[in-house]
Order: sequence, then C-alpha cells, then structure tokens
Amino acid sequence: MASSEEDGTVEEKENNNKKRTKSALTTAWLTFYNIAMTAGWLVLAMAMLRFYIKKGTHKGLYRSIARTLKFFQTFALVEVGHCAIGIVRTSVIVTGVQVCSRIFMVWLVASSIRQIQNEESVILFLVVWTVTEITRYSYYTFKLLNHLPYFVKWARYNFFIVLYPLGVIGELLSIYAALPFVRRSGMYSMRLPNKYNVSFDYYYCLIIVMLSYIPCKETVCLEPTFKLLQTSFSCKTHLTHSKGSKLAVRMRSINKKVIGSISSISENYG
Amino acid sequence: MDLHLKVEVLDAKTREQLCFLDKVEPHSTIGDIKSLFYKLYPRWYPARQSLTLDPKGKFLRDEEILQSLPVGTTATMYFKDLGPQLGWTTVFFAENIGPLLIYLLFYFRVPYIYSDRCAFTSSPHKVVTMACVCHTFHYLKRLIETIFVHRFSHGSMPLRTIVKNCLYYWGFSAWLAYYINHPLYTPPSYGEVQVHYAMVIFAICEMGNFSIHLSLSHLRGDRSRGRRFPVPSKNPFTWLFFFVSCPNHTYEVGTWVSFSIMTQCLPVAVFTVLGFIQMTVWAKGKHRAYVREFKDYPAVRVAIIPLIL
Repeated sequence: MASSEEDGTVEEKENNNKKRTKSALTTAWLTFYNIAMTAGWLVLAMAMLRFYIKKGTHKGLYRSIARTLKFFQTFALVEVGHCAIGIVRTSVIVTGVQVCSRIFMVWLVASSIRQIQNEESVILFLVVWTVTEITRYSYYTFKLLNHLPYFVKWARYNFFIVLYPLGVIGELLSIYAALPFVRRSGMYSMRLPNKYNVSFDYYYCLIIVMLSYIPCKETVCLEPTFKLLQTSFSCKTHLTHSKGSKLAVRMRSINKKVIGSISSISENYG
Repeated sequence: MDLHLKVEVLDAKTREQLCFLDKVEPHSTIGDIKSLFYKLYPRWYPARQSLTLDPKGKFLRDEEILQSLPVGTTATMYFKDLGPQLGWTTVFFAENIGPLLIYLLFYFRVPYIYSDRCAFTSSPHKVVTMACVCHTFHYLKRLIETIFVHRFSHGSMPLRTIVKNCLYYWGFSAWLAYYINHPLYTPPSYGEVQVHYAMVIFAICEMGNFSIHLSLSHLRGDRSRGRRFPVPSKNPFTWLFFFVSCPNHTYEVGTWVSFSIMTQCLPVAVFTVLGFIQMTVWAKGKHRAYVREFKDYPAVRVAIIPLIL
C-alpha cells in the first residue's frame, strides 16, 4: 500500500516538474519572441524616421524599409502557431485573420503594386502599424516579465481609439489608389478560356476586400469598443449598488466580457 | 406521501426565476416540462427551449425522465433561448432546391448572366448537357431522399444555420454552374473517354449513396431490436460498411470527384475539397460515437476512406 502511494506521489511530482519546465520553456520563448518583435518594429520606426529626416520627403521611404517590413510582418505568422498549440489564449481564427490581412497588405498590395508606394496613405498605415505593434509587443513583453509600467498599459488600452480608424483609412485609401493600376495591368488575374475553366479578376477581388472591411472590422473591433465605452460610462454611475444585486451581477459579467473584448480588439489594433 | 416534484426554471444568463412548477409527476419527461413552460411563455415554443441542469452544461434531451435526473425534490433548471428554429426537413429542402434551380438558370443561359447574344443559347459540347443532367439528378435524388427516406433525429435547426448553409450551397452551385455553362467553356483534355469514365463512376457512387441512405433509414425505423450499428447487407453497395463507418459520405465524395473529372472545372474541385473536409469531420465524429457506444464494433472500420482515414 505504502509503496503504491509513494509511486503515486513520485509520478505526480514528475508531472508537475514536466509542467513547470514546459511553462518555463514557453514563457522563455514568448518573452524572446515579443522582445524580438518589439526590437524589429523599433528598427523599422528608426529607419523610417532617419529616412524622413535625411531626405525630407516620404517618396522612396517604402522601398527603403520594404525588406525589413516584409520580414517582421511575415514572422508574425508564428503567433497563429502560438494560438494553435495553446500557449497563447486567443482564438486561432481571429489571430489568423488579422495576420493574414496584414500580410495581404504588405505582399499583395504595397510591395507588388509599385506605383502606390509613394502614396501618403501607405505611409499613414505604416506609421500606425509601427506604433501599434511597438505598443502591443512591449505590453506583452512587460506582462511576461511581470513588470508592467502604467504608461504601457495605458497606451495599449487607449492608443487604438485613434490608431484604429487611422489605420483603416490608410489601408482602404491605399487599396483604392491601387485599383486603376491593377485594372490596367491585369495582374494576378486569369481569364477564360483555359484548361481548368476558372477565372479570377484581382481588380474585383480588391473591391470585395475593401467592402469586407465593414463587416470584419465591425464585428472584431467596433462592437466590443461600443460595449466598452457604454459600460465605462454606466459603471461610474452605478458604483453605489450592493455586490449581490442583479445589476451588479450583470455589470460584473459585462465587465468580464469587455475585458475579453479589449484583449481581442487590442490583439487586432492597438 | 407526496411523490410530486417541483421544478424551478431560471434564466441561464440572469438567474432570475422564470417559472415555478408545482406538483410535477416524477415520470414526466423534459418534453412535458417544455410544453408547460411554453404555456406560460407562448413566445418560446418547445423546439426553441434549451433546458440544462447546469448553466454551462449540455442541454437535456426531450425524452429524459425527471426521475432519472440527479435532482432532489425541487429540480432547478436553466433556460436558454435557442432562437427561431426550423425543422430539418425544411432546412434540407431549402438547401437542395436552391442548387437545383440555380444550375438550370445557368444552363439555359438566362439573360444578364452571360453576354446578351448568348442568352438562351445552348452549348455545342455534349459534356455540358451531361453535366447538367448529372447535377440535376444529384439534387433531385437528394430532395426525394429528404421527403421519403431520411429520418432525422432532433427536430430542428436554428435560423442562422440555415441561412449560412443555404448561402454556402447556393453560392457554390452558382459559381460552378457559371463556368461549366460559360460560352468559353473548354471541354476536358482527354475528351469523351474522360467524360464517360467519370459518368460511370458518378452513377456507381450515386447508387451507392442511395443504398446506404436506405439501409440507415431501415436501421432507424427498426426500433424493436434496440440500438445497432449499420452492417453490410445483400446489396453490394453496402459492402463498403466492411471498411468504413460512413459510406454515404465516401460515396458522396466519390460523386463530386467524378463530377470534377467530368467537367474539368477548378471551382468544382474546390467544392469537392471543402465538402471532403466537412464530411471527414462528420464521419470522424460519427465513427467515434459508434466506437464508444458499441463494444463489439468492428476494428477494421475507419471513418471515411477505407484503410486510410
């Protein structure tokens, strides 16, 4: 009897040790990843500033940072993997959609349609992305190191109010500017007749992408934002209610949802 | 001694008491509770109600008897509104009538789809007509099965799901019908041979699919012998049961693969792949349920592709 109990506790200890080493390993990797990404986007920010200060114009800025941008934005695919294996508690689909839309903008719009690279809208979304990503990755880094400065937390939850609409405007204007060039060149398109009886028009695809910004961004960002603003206004007036009251129970559940939504909005834009 | 139970129904989200039922017979079912609840709240017909013992738990089936549930003399249940529901037959009907009619619109080249001068013309290729016949036959067969063969388990499906499913099936059938019936359609690279072989496989798979549906509905109808898993019968098409748990899905995949080969059209292939993925998910779920329920379930069987998946 005694020996089997011992065996049980030894096994439990082994399991606990395995869990501890696993979580230590994942924390180490995540910390490294977030530091690396913060550094990467800082490098981008510095490069953009240096270019602008030196040349005094934004023309040619995209070309100069294109390779670094492609590298760091594409590397963010790793985050989808994090969600898939469970070391980060976010939905795979949400993260996937966000990363894919970024990669789409970088590879299939800005990098492949040269004529729009000097547009102001491209610079706009680049600046927005840079500020967003630096805030986001530094927030995660500090959180993992258990030392979160108030400014970083404040920035994470407040910058998006301005950055998010600016980013959407920048991206939409860039795609819109690209449309005539896509139409004229017929790039990424396939016409009938062909052996596989299929056709694809990149021009209409871009238009559909632009239209889909409305539902996608609405469900992922705006709805939770409205709920957040609503409760932060009403919470202040209902602080006097007792803990057990129905309203307080409701408030607590909404607060939980809101905090969940903040993390999801902030995942996506801030 | 008063053997009656009391049932209290609370809202799962707000926890407020929605109704309190006194003097409930212990052998009454969840279905009875739902009818009583419906009388108090005429807006929430029984198919829309989800009653659970735990706010986050699984919903209780209508056939369950109060006495067999782990409750004391007062049963507390949590109610959730499932939203407007539609019967399965209605859902299947809507999902299948759409593709049937939409494909025909494209086949007959109704105006405004292709250029004006092509309106109401017909394609010179025989394969286009054969594809239309096959596609129409497939969906007609499905409609007939929905009305006469299938026996559905739960009564209903939420409205959102039917909208989503209809968009998927109707949208895809419009997309593939557009290319197959296009004036610039290119017939298959290997000509008549490709088309004829594909048609043969199509016919075999359709017959197979039908046989499996018949066999499953006989199984359902035969309640006297308790729950059994499907087994091969004298019909050679059902011999696929030796190897897979869901041969109806296997045959369905076969149908669409043969249709893609027959038309050599990429959108059809895309539809086939997506359908295969979805059906594999369903088949694996069913296979797991069978294995869990029947201890003597044949070990050689897999979910959908013999010996592989």
